[in-house]
Amino acid sequence: MDTTEIIVTLTGLALAGFVIWYFFFSARQTASAVSSSSGVREVGITVKGGYSPDVIEVERGKPVQLSFYRDEENSCSEELLMPDFSIRRDLPAFKTTLVELLPQQAGTFPFTCGMGMLRGSLVVK
Amino acid sequence: MESTIKTETLDIEGMTCASCASFVEKSLTRTPGVQRAVVNFATEKATVDYLPAQASPATLKEAVVQAGYGVTERAPDTSAADRQAEIDEQKARAYAQLKRRFWVATGLAIVIMPLSMLMLWPAMMQRVNMQWLNYGLLLLTLPVLLYSGREFYTSAWNGFRHRAANMDTLIAVGTGAAFLYSLAATVVPGFFTSRGLMPEVYYDTTATIIALILLGKVLELRAKTQTSAAIKSLLGLQAKTARLVRPGGQEIDVPIEQVQLNDLIVVRPGEKVATDGILEEGHSAVDEAMLTGESLPVEKKIGDPVFGATLNKTGSFRFRVTKVGADTMLSQIVKLVEDAQGSRAPIQRLADKVSAIFVPTVVCIAILTFVLWFDLAPVEARLPLALVNFVAVLIIACPCALGLATPTAIMVSTGKGAEHGVLIRNAEALEKAYQVNTVLLDKTGTITRGEPAVTDFVPAAGQTASELLQIVAAVERQSEHPLAEAVVRYADAQQAQTIPATGFRAVEGRGATATVNGQAVLIGNFRLLDEAGIVLPAAVRQQADALLAQAKTVLYIAVAGQVAGLLGVADTVRDTSAAAIQRLQGMGIEVVMMTGDNPQTAAQVAAQVGITRYFAEVLPQDKAGKVKELQAEGRVVAMVGDGINDAPALAQADIGLAMGGGTDVAMEAAGITLMRSDLQGVVTAIELSRQTIRTIKQNLFFAFIYNTLGIPVAAGLLYPVFGWLLSPMLAAGAMALSSVSVLTNSLRLRSFSPLKN
Ligand SMILES: [Cu+2]
Repeated sequence: MDTTEIIVTLTGLALAGFVIWYFFFSARQTASAVSSSSGVREVGITVKGGYSPDVIEVERGKPVQLSFYRDEENSCSEELLMPDFSIRRDLPAFKTTLVELLPQQAGTFPFTCGMGMLRGSLVVK
Repeated sequence: MESTIKTETLDIEGMTCASCASFVEKSLTRTPGVQRAVVNFATEKATVDYLPAQASPATLKEAVVQAGYGVTERAPDTSAADRQAEIDEQKARAYAQLKRRFWVATGLAIVIMPLSMLMLWPAMMQRVNMQWLNYGLLLLTLPVLLYSGREFYTSAWNGFRHRAANMDTLIAVGTGAAFLYSLAATVVPGFFTSRGLMPEVYYDTTATIIALILLGKVLELRAKTQTSAAIKSLLGLQAKTARLVRPGGQEIDVPIEQVQLNDLIVVRPGEKVATDGILEEGHSAVDEAMLTGESLPVEKKIGDPVFGATLNKTGSFRFRVTKVGADTMLSQIVKLVEDAQGSRAPIQRLADKVSAIFVPTVVCIAILTFVLWFDLAPVEARLPLALVNFVAVLIIACPCALGLATPTAIMVSTGKGAEHGVLIRNAEALEKAYQVNTVLLDKTGTITRGEPAVTDFVPAAGQTASELLQIVAAVERQSEHPLAEAVVRYADAQQAQTIPATGFRAVEGRGATATVNGQAVLIGNFRLLDEAGIVLPAAVRQQADALLAQAKTVLYIAVAGQVAGLLGVADTVRDTSAAAIQRLQGMGIEVVMMTGDNPQTAAQVAAQVGITRYFAEVLPQDKAGKVKELQAEGRVVAMVGDGINDAPALAQADIGLAMGGGTDVAMEAAGITLMRSDLQGVVTAIELSRQTIRTIKQNLFFAFIYNTLGIPVAAGLLYPVFGWLLSPMLAAGAMALSSVSVLTNSLRLRSFSPLKN
């Protein structure tokens, strides 16, 4: 093994390690629903290559309003899927789409884009 | 004067209950110049007739605000159809833009490819300055990258910042690496030559990959719009206007949003029924195929329900509105189909798990591929080989096909089901229906019509059949008893003349009496005649016993104190039942019947439709128990029922099918609702589920096989054995094809049509 090979190998392994850590193990952004003036709990979510925040905490048995603002035109995020709540919505670009739901059971419910690549989750407590 | 009245519709904000609506209504009515104001709480709209001389939209708005509510400006009309139209328009724009980007990439790639090939041609290489050629290629590639492929890079970057990796990540990293390497070889070729490397460029790879991926996306988008076509066509069925009858009798066309509960609406032949209601005047035949899948027009007379979006065929009629907006049958069907399309099939779980970890894993595999090739390949070729394989792995691994496999098939099939009057609650129900091997039918209302019908008419000796029927019908027309209705239906079907009857009297638990043509007529059970002291001749008694032995109800007819004939009444088997049951059996499904009737009746009906196993004398509360009994035998049971008392059994079954615009309770408990009262729907539902799950399995197989085989080949695993390497351009072509083939496979479901015997 020459020096270049050693450098390439080490760099490669370090990069792979970084990818695994960055996508699987690093900390996530969490947000809780806040009560608005009208009494409905609201969460604003920006959709741009992902959902931010992507972990949303809500209370069981209380209606929540998720407002998804899609801040891009890329086709990946054009559909929103919340299979546990039977919701499939088109998210028009640069518009806010409201999704209202009433979580009845505690648990973690994922929401994803149409192909399941962008992921977030609704944590019902 | 009257023509100067103007009508305004306001969208009211902030109403939380019906009393808010009446409050707003009062406030509007009190406003000077307002003739009439109606506020609909459900649609959040107020319709106001006013004199423009005394009032204006502004004063109306003020009245609403003073009542403590708000008025939304008219512009954003957010009916479901309009929202859909807006989304469609945006999608059409995106599609046009995508096509432009694809053509730019393709056009440039067509120029770049042969120019890159020059280097393979020694005679040309002598004459062309490599340095200049590379710069030329760079200039040609830049627009492909910055215009056509821009979306991949921004999307990958946005995703990276959110710690989310998507398919664009793979394409961006792959083409980005090929481009950056080529850029270095172009700008600082000395760096390569000094290390004994040819400064090779991969501009053709970069441009071609982007063009091919875009081609895949163009085809994908085109196919995807077709998957939701069913919902769109359902929404398109909605009537836009309604012809309202004003209390004064004046008819006026109004937008459908202004129709209120209890309004009277006129429908002429050839017109669409505007919304749901009850027919009040006239009669007609209405085509309800769009809601129920029933191809024959349905006769409608006074008191019958009519549904929005159905097509009036023959007569003109008026109906009273009972439902508007989201409460209508059509809206509920659309909602149900939409919900089903948003649900997840259990079969998809594996694909979900895989796609969640897919992209980062592939990136790691690609990095390791690069490292291994770099370390193991001959020194002079190691960098290009490592790079090419790195790019190939990233490009071929794109998991679009995996993500599209299940949802597209579900979208197409739930829409298709709605077209045939089969409403599927969710993807799980579809999957359960696929596994069914036993269908349990609740006899009444599914196999049979669920209402009595005259099966035998036996005039006594010396009676003229047609005359007797006239007399009988004359009496029964005045009765409201279900058996009497059956007799009237029978008489109407035989086109018996209508004659008058006087002195009608219903005798509780016995029957009815009246005077027709001056003669006393009695119709009812044996006790009615017995108590009137009328003796049954032996011949008639024998005929009655024969009918009773067939489990029929017998109605005795006496005219002027003499027995004049008999009527046999029974719940009759639907025309389509036997054929549908045979089809189910032909599909390898055992059909079992359950009924509250006695064993003889049960045996008779079972034999008539070709069922060998049945449960008789089942009490309503024991229905769910029978389902459990079958399940205990290890069967996957589909329960078909139509009544409220079927709900527990529908819920207990592996899959419940509620029939015939079933009661809400039954629909709630059922995974599938059949809009048409016909066992053919059960066949359609099971066939559709079988085809859909088969399609999903094929899709998942293709998607998985393609990635599991494609990645090792791209990584160069076959190189030591066969010397095979996968060119990144081939990988891009294959990747584009994979998602398109999965979509095409799902779209094949559109040709589904239920097999009729
Ligand atoms: Cu892809």
